[in-house]
Amino acid sequence: MASLDDLKKRISSVKSTQKITKAMKMVAAAKLRRAQENAEKGRPYSEKMNNIILNLSNGISDKENAPKLLTGTGEEKTHLCVVMTSDRGLCGGFNTNIIKKAKQYFQKILKENKILKIITVGSKGYDQLKRQYKDNIIEKISFKDSKNINYFDADKVGKIIIDRFEKKEFDVCAIFYNQFKNVITQIPQEQQIIPLKSNEEKEANSDSSYEFEPEEDEILSNLLPKNISTQIFKAMLENSASEQGSRMSAMDNATRNAGEMVDKLTIQYNRSRQAAITKELIEIISGAESL
Amino acid sequence: MSEEFKVEIVNPEKSFLSKEDVTEVVVPAFEGEMGILKDHIPIISFLKPGIIKVYSKSEENKYFVEDGIVEFKDNSLSILTSSIYNMSDLDKNKIDQIVKDAEKESSADNIDDQKRYLIDQKIEVLKNLNLN
Repeated sequence: MASLDDLKKRISSVKSTQKITKAMKMVAAAKLRRAQENAEKGRPYSEKMNNIILNLSNGISDKENAPKLLTGTGEEKTHLCVVMTSDRGLCGGFNTNIIKKAKQYFQKILKENKILKIITVGSKGYDQLKRQYKDNIIEKISFKDSKNINYFDADKVGKIIIDRFEKKEFDVCAIFYNQFKNVITQIPQEQQIIPLKSNEEKEANSDSSYEFEPEEDEILSNLLPKNISTQIFKAMLENSASEQGSRMSAMDNATRNAGEMVDKLTIQYNRSRQAAITKELIEIISGAESL
Repeated sequence: MSEEFKVEIVNPEKSFLSKEDVTEVVVPAFEGEMGILKDHIPIISFLKPGIIKVYSKSEENKYFVEDGIVEFKDNSLSILTSSIYNMSDLDKNKIDQIVKDAEKESSADNIDDQKRYLIDQKIEVLKNLNLN
């Protein structure tokens, strides 16, 4: 049985941990609101972009000469996976969920004897993947220094991807991120961005024929790189909202657990104090009786 | 019959402008300025650096854009751009700053012709603004 002093120390240490988790929860809640707003504000852009590209690719007449970013290289040998995680820990299963999803995908690819290349965005993802997939990671990117998520950063990632695509380093590219649903639910997502695959087959509004200026393929070849940056930006926004949400619920849980622990320890402390008193009393009484 | 249509300008961070009562929009399309009125045929085009003018019955707004895509369909005009400034927010200092940055970029050797053309275009537009 731990001594009274030890118990006291433990109680106070749990209490101060609780203070930290509580503060973190509040910070996360405040940040969450902002991140969520940003994610919602950012949605129209990527949706519109997607729509335009869909309309364009539906209208494109010459499928053979369409840009490779849209149709792919015709092979599926080398896969590039962009795993987007957070830079900070203590956010529950947030990073682990993305990694788990990504690892499933990795295993599938490796089983099919394809070549796997990984780019990690965010340092936590790199930390978790480096043990198993060290040789597959070709680049790690981290935006620890930028305070807010901005389009500029997303564009940088997009350019890296396109650069590598043009050097024919890979055929298929997928990104992994957490989609923000609500504070308790974040859904790990796998999205293929090269060649472009729309998640849901939208009914083709092919009756609306567009006028293009300049030519369709020129528009497409300009638009597709932009779309990649946009998709990455969207993923970053969703990710940051998810991270804060996940951290908030994780810290909420931690605070509650710490509270429970304090209660338990306090009862134990009181019991052992009472036991010590009773023991002393028995000693005194039995001492008096023997006289 | 009303002559108004809807315009929406979005940038990656947020929806920049959304208006329902626009009568005419002039955009700096890649191959020259383009005015869009109601019932224009569906069109997709690129923007080069320039001024977007949005006219409604009561007011007229001007925005400076560096790049973008316009889509017009079913009497709704969407403009997607990564950098847009409201003209009333731009003062001389800010314009000078942008021009200076652009000039620096333009003097670099490693850019291709199309990019240089766009940057030069941007400088020209901004310098013209300064004169006014």
